[in-house]
Amino acid sequence: MVWVKHDYDDIPGTYVFGGRRSAQGYPINKMCMSFNHDENRQKFKKDPRAYCAKFGLSEEQTQAVIDEDWLRIVQLGGNVYYLAKLGIAGGGGTVQSMGAQMTGMTVDEFKAKLLAYQKD
Amino acid sequence: MAQIVGGITTSHIPSIGNAITNKQQDDPYWRPLFDGYDRAREWIEKVEPDIVVVVYNDHGLNFFLDKMPTFAIGAAPKYHNADEGWGLATLHSFDGDVEFSWHLIEQMIPAGIDLTICQEMLIDHGFIVPMSAIWSHLPEWPVKAVPFAVNTVLMPVPTAQRCFDVGKELGKAIASYPEDKKVVIFGTGGMSHQLSGERAGFINKAFDREFQEKIANDPESLCKLSHTELIKLAGAEGIELIMWLVMRGALGKSVNVVHQNYELPISNTGSGIMVLEPA
Repeated sequence: MVWVKHDYDDIPGTYVFGGRRSAQGYPINKMCMSFNHDENRQKFKKDPRAYCAKFGLSEEQTQAVIDEDWLRIVQLGGNVYYLAKLGIAGGGGTVQSMGAQMTGMTVDEFKAKLLAYQKD
Repeated sequence: MAQIVGGITTSHIPSIGNAITNKQQDDPYWRPLFDGYDRAREWIEKVEPDIVVVVYNDHGLNFFLDKMPTFAIGAAPKYHNADEGWGLATLHSFDGDVEFSWHLIEQMIPAGIDLTICQEMLIDHGFIVPMSAIWSHLPEWPVKAVPFAVNTVLMPVPTAQRCFDVGKELGKAIASYPEDKKVVIFGTGGMSHQLSGERAGFINKAFDREFQEKIANDPESLCKLSHTELIKLAGAEGIELIMWLVMRGALGKSVNVVHQNYELPISNTGSGIMVLEPA
């Protein structure tokens, strides 16, 4: 059994979401989908570890979720569209603050980087 | 007979929806973007469409990774919004045109476009933000809607060429509908942006401007872009731009650009609003 390589696998700093990541990350992303219901967001907040276990996340995935280590979550198969739901369920992570963390910047630095493209 | 009177391109970023909800259109940050929507609205009030086909991708409201159709079309009398996990107020529902939707389905599938047919379909911000940007000032949506969802989330997503070809069949199907209806097509998503990885926050202004020029005058050249080229040039989520090609394919051989603007950054994204009319 082997995952066939794609030429988009080698784009620096980019984790293209295909079969390999979707298979690995399925429990994370399925948990994120459950956050479309507020009662599930509350259950997650009360006991994140138990909630992750319900969806069968691996220990590594669970720890990354609890640590809100967004880059690690993406590397373990999380898809950013679904992670946006996790950011809010966990209390205040936005797609922009996730992006800042993944690039090692503060949110203000990240916003400044985006603004700088106006000069291109 | 039904007639395509034009197409609109627009991003569908959630923060635009939030700006509308919070009435921030006149804030210095938002004004240039909403100037673009004001021009699009002036045009749309002139052409008075009956039906809007919205080409968009779902971000985890109606579809999930358990079942991911490449192309899906709504055939419902009503399309409802729901909580996408953000706890925001849901917007009022859109009316569908069941007979019109089924006509598109019955034309396109025999023509080789294997659509997934949806008689119930929740619509998320990818569909709603563009509609709100044009019509949030009205108490009711003044058009009927057809959601046309494209998988841009899970690779392999359809090729740029395939999206353009699907658009051509969509155009033919609309033009063969026997009732006199004016139809506008929204091509949503993009432009360049990348939301995750160490390359998050990537925008490519030069590519976006070129894409705008070519979507009007040389869409065939955009059809040659591979997924890898698109992701390199437009960022991982910039691949949503393939949906503009569905709209463009439907508009026919040549178009007139009625309006065009470009603003960045809107949230993490380069935002291009265009109004195109079949020439």
